[in-house]
Amino acid sequence: MAFRTGISRRMMIRSGFGLRSMSSWWGSVEPAAKDPILGVTEAFLADPSPDKVNVGVGAYRDDNGKPVVLECVREAERRIAGKLNMEYLPMGGSVNMVEETLKLAYGENSEFIKDKRIAAVQALSGTGACRLFADFQKRFRPDSQIYIPVPTWANHHNIWRDAQVPQRTFHYYHPETKGLDFASLMDDVKNAPNGSFFLLHACAHNPTGVDPSEEQWKEISYQFKVKGHFAFFDMAYQGFASGDPERDAKSIKIFLEDGHLIGIAQSYAKNMGLYGQRVGCLSLLCEDEKQAVAVKSQLQQIARPMYSNPPVQGALIVSTILGDPELKKLWLKEVKVMADRIIGMRTALRENLEKLGSPLSWEHITNQIGMFCYSGLTPEQVDRMTNEFHIYMTRNGRISMAGITTGNVSYLANAIHEVSKSA
Amino acid sequence: MNSQHPDGSVFSNIVRAPEDPILGVTVAYNKDTSPIKLNLGVGAYRTEEGKPLVLNVVRRAEQLLVNDPSRVKEYLPIVGLAEFNKLSAKLIFGADSPAIQENRVATVQGLSGTGSLRIGAEFLARHYYQHTIYIPVPTWGNHPKIFTIAGLSVKTYRYYDPETRGLDFKGLLEDLGAAPTGAIVLLHACAHNPTGVDPTLEQWEQIRQLMRSKGLLPFFDSAYQGFASGSLDADAQSVRMFVADGGECLAAQSYAKNMGLYGERVGALSIVCKAADVASRVESQLKLVIRPMYSNPPIHGASIVATILKDSDMYNEWTLELKAMADRIISMRQLLFDTLRDRGTPGDWSHIIKQIGMFTFTGLNTEQVAFMTKEYHIYMTSDGRISMAGLSSRTVPHLADAIHAAVTRIP
Repeated sequence: MAFRTGISRRMMIRSGFGLRSMSSWWGSVEPAAKDPILGVTEAFLADPSPDKVNVGVGAYRDDNGKPVVLECVREAERRIAGKLNMEYLPMGGSVNMVEETLKLAYGENSEFIKDKRIAAVQALSGTGACRLFADFQKRFRPDSQIYIPVPTWANHHNIWRDAQVPQRTFHYYHPETKGLDFASLMDDVKNAPNGSFFLLHACAHNPTGVDPSEEQWKEISYQFKVKGHFAFFDMAYQGFASGDPERDAKSIKIFLEDGHLIGIAQSYAKNMGLYGQRVGCLSLLCEDEKQAVAVKSQLQQIARPMYSNPPVQGALIVSTILGDPELKKLWLKEVKVMADRIIGMRTALRENLEKLGSPLSWEHITNQIGMFCYSGLTPEQVDRMTNEFHIYMTRNGRISMAGITTGNVSYLANAIHEVSKSA
Repeated sequence: MNSQHPDGSVFSNIVRAPEDPILGVTVAYNKDTSPIKLNLGVGAYRTEEGKPLVLNVVRRAEQLLVNDPSRVKEYLPIVGLAEFNKLSAKLIFGADSPAIQENRVATVQGLSGTGSLRIGAEFLARHYYQHTIYIPVPTWGNHPKIFTIAGLSVKTYRYYDPETRGLDFKGLLEDLGAAPTGAIVLLHACAHNPTGVDPTLEQWEQIRQLMRSKGLLPFFDSAYQGFASGSLDADAQSVRMFVADGGECLAAQSYAKNMGLYGERVGALSIVCKAADVASRVESQLKLVIRPMYSNPPIHGASIVATILKDSDMYNEWTLELKAMADRIISMRQLLFDTLRDRGTPGDWSHIIKQIGMFTFTGLNTEQVAFMTKEYHIYMTSDGRISMAGLSSRTVPHLADAIHAAVTRIP
């Protein structure tokens, strides 16, 4: 039965009845700036050029430039579809998924897991995990700040800003060497007030690809102990960096061995290719089980007014894979294939540039690790890459190695050479 | 073990948070070892056999998706699946809505109703000049938390009348009439949670006139479209009435109940604006709220919804399954009412059949509720709210016995 008010809109406007004024409440809302990273893909999609290359957003592509859904994921999906109901997960998410996820970060036989000392909840991928932590930090350590490396993933700044946690920075990337500015990093760690909160990239630093060596991690951990700092690890690339998940979690292992009570944000976006499913985990290592229970309950309180409980299907995919030895083996194989292809493209890009006779050093391409390479290109050079060569990347010179294929690597090398040869 | 901080953990001062009152009911129910127990707590639909239900049409959609080798798992845009957003706006506002045709609606995918409300609240706290939101008494327990954390100041308006177990319409009009110009007002589009008491269409029209005359901003929570009366259009009338007058409003939608997609967290937030370019700017600002929260929403649930809504066969199948759920609940209401009447249970129980949607506000007090839990192993929230979806023709007599005992032994 259609409902009719009996009063036409025109009549209401004319009589002034029911409408305050003709102006919008939102008339003064400014158009927001485009997200620097996601905006790149939008621009790429809009470009009609047949030569266009997208080395912007960090999503894996195969050698044909196509997105990949892992076989282990397809199999898990087949097992799940049509079988399970869609009831609400608990506020803390899937217990199975979280358990398996903690094993990846803390070790298969971790005493911390056995002793139930880890407060952990399912989160909306890495972003959601960082945001839960940032909100938690604000609520329970309201006087604290967060030290963020320079540079970092742009959204880190947005996350802690929206959580209203003041930000400081610490030195990280060394533009001269295109490597780690270890001396300045250590100075910053020493000069920060005791008990400061630091954001660390566990492996495959985004956007630079520059990671501390094992020795350097040990020194950082030691200094953190001296200063009583809190380490929060964003681990978005475990397995994806070296091909070996255990190796990629080395920094965390070092800190745990040194007795730090750390926090970790984990994501399955890249290493399981679950990008759009939004699957991740936030964990905080506590002194004992009682504290872990308390902390977890408080994390849930933050999740409740944000989304009540996290999405189920992605979590089911993860727990199906990690809970089945065969599927887990397949996953480890597939992760290594992805990591190896990227390492292969690093080698190819560097070789191409050297063959072109570039006057610059491109060692950093193979020294750096993970999805991204900090090319060293300036914003102006990046603009030329886009305008003249239809190559899309973020203006900080970050190249997503996953977007490089055997088909486009020489075109890319050529373009880089063109814009940088007279630098 | 060395702790890096002088006191040990940086979070050693943290105390355990209290159980969520609603979800805590199921926790208690699960602990109960009695063979005859009834969970009338959480509002999730159950079949006559007491089982959760995945709609056939949802299973079909899932199979289509999983069998499509071209499907990938790439990030959605920050605003979510475009097709899903368009279809959701059409669903709530009507396909022929002038607001949609004039491109005046900014719609973003949200994490079910909760997430959509939160995004809307954050947007209002940043961009709207009035930071007070009026919520009905009572309302869903999570509403005040969402608005407060977003930075809005929460006030209340009278809604439920315990005497009549119906709407306190006079109180509602008085309280909204006294609200400052421009204040935000939370409205349950249909099937008010927890009372099941909805205004009539005539009352909605009066509410609309009052609100527009005072420039009060409507923020609809639509969690039960189609689930309340069985008709998607009828359950959207309140929202469409406000959009029809050309004014602005917000609407949060959830597919948790009406498509049974609870755990997939599928919903949408729409902001109806006066002009298309305003809607476009609004959308860009909504993205800034979402990106630092979770970057972009999950694909699976939204894909299921879009698959169903855009296919006329599947859409029709959905409306039939939806009506079946709504009808079962309506028949449970009738059965409970008849059973209480046949038992001669003292009191007027007509509110059971007058109220609508998932919940009934029984009018039982906390002692009576505690009695029913202890003696009859019936679990409900302490405000006397029962989830009708948890009832079956088999269990209604047990509930009626319990209510009868409670009201006769504990006045």
